[in-house]
Amino acid sequence: MSLKLKALLKSPWVFHLCVGGSCNNCDIEILDCLTPRFDIERFGMVLVGSIKHADVLLCTGSLTRKCRPRVEQLYEQAPKPIIVVAVGECALSRGMFMQSYNCPVPLDKVIPVDVYIPGCPPKPEAIIAGVVKAIEKIKASIKEKK
Amino acid sequence: MVMILYFIVFGFLIAAVVGLLLSWLDRKVTARVQYRVGPPLLQPFIDIVKLLGKELLIPKGASKITFLLSPILGIVSIMIVSTLLCLVNIWPQKTFFGDLIVVLYFLVLPSLSIILGGFASCNPLASIGASREMKLVLAYELPFILAILVPVLKSGLTIKVGEILNYQLLNGAIIGSWSGALSFVIILLCTQAKLGLVPFDVAEAETELAGGALIEYSGPALAIFKLMKAMMLFVLPYFMTIMFLGGFNFSGLAFIKSLLGFVGIIVLIVVIRNTNPRLRIDQALRFFWGPMTVLATIAIILASLGL
Ligand code: SF4
Repeated sequence: MSLKLKALLKSPWVFHLCVGGSCNNCDIEILDCLTPRFDIERFGMVLVGSIKHADVLLCTGSLTRKCRPRVEQLYEQAPKPIIVVAVGECALSRGMFMQSYNCPVPLDKVIPVDVYIPGCPPKPEAIIAGVVKAIEKIKASIKEKK
Repeated sequence: MVMILYFIVFGFLIAAVVGLLLSWLDRKVTARVQYRVGPPLLQPFIDIVKLLGKELLIPKGASKITFLLSPILGIVSIMIVSTLLCLVNIWPQKTFFGDLIVVLYFLVLPSLSIILGGFASCNPLASIGASREMKLVLAYELPFILAILVPVLKSGLTIKVGEILNYQLLNGAIIGSWSGALSFVIILLCTQAKLGLVPFDVAEAETELAGGALIEYSGPALAIFKLMKAMMLFVLPYFMTIMFLGGFNFSGLAFIKSLLGFVGIIVLIVVIRNTNPRLRIDQALRFFWGPMTVLATIAIILASLGL
């Protein structure tokens, strides 16, 4: 594996984006990962304030009409390579807002999602397991290319 | 030729490696204070390598040349300071007359490069961050320079760093006197502001400005800025060690003593950072121009009385 990729997997900086209709519970569970009990800084993960600094785009909530252009814009602005992670039932399939007039499409129809973390809300353990899955996935895809 | 070698070894290699290790220390101590485990030892190095491999984006409407040149301006100036300080510590007579003034000038340039980069990046949040940084520079430079006058006065009105070191070799460290201790405290707080750490991190304010002046930087340019900040975490405490504790002494037991002094300064900085809330910009300005400037003036008066 190249040095560049190894470094990327060891220090993923996360930009947290709420794509519209979230009940905020997923967002709170994400903040839980930073607390002493789970402490994801052990693995080099930190939350950053700007998409330009990020390696991981973490999305929560169901995508609304208003937010769709903004999500697309943010995805375009992110420096590549970027990993998109969808957290929570809302971001996966719109959850209980499935029938809503305001949520016409799920998130993965708009931007390519790499990892799905189900749950309403997912536990912090599940979120960490999801990140591990993302890392495994990238490693596997590189082996395939070889 | 030999100057270029010094520049690369002292200016870049030592400052970068020690600075990154110190920024690990900073993160680790912060984590321990918050009852967390904290990042592994090589984390800052990994971050820099990762950022170097990412895409460099230039925002639409930004002034390209200023945007790309300002990180280089910052890192080169901090490298020059580091070279000068390392040379002066090893051979006190080697540098030129007035190098203290040069060091003081070059220590402002990293902040200036952040201001330039922020204004050049055509982003409202970056502009606010840059303007706050500018006010902060205006605020802390006054007490900083007044407090630097104390070692100058003590060692008989010399503006050569080497002679200040020689004076301390003969008469003991400057921090041992009343005026020296007072100005050491002032410089410590100004260093906190120069490094942009917590009570004075208004310019970067993650929670309100989302990264402040550096918001539009990505990839290698951000890596250079991060490296510059790490190097400042080495250079500024090193400057304080030279001015107040008599510099690094490379012989036996004295080396351990100076090393303890250096690490002590860093730990003090980290502890101040972790036990204080962020000040507003007007509070910071009032703090530096009010109590700090008065204390610095008192320190100068004490120094001229010989205390
Ligand atoms: S998935 Fe559940 S917890 Fe998460 S935002 Fe949606 S409704 Fe809230």
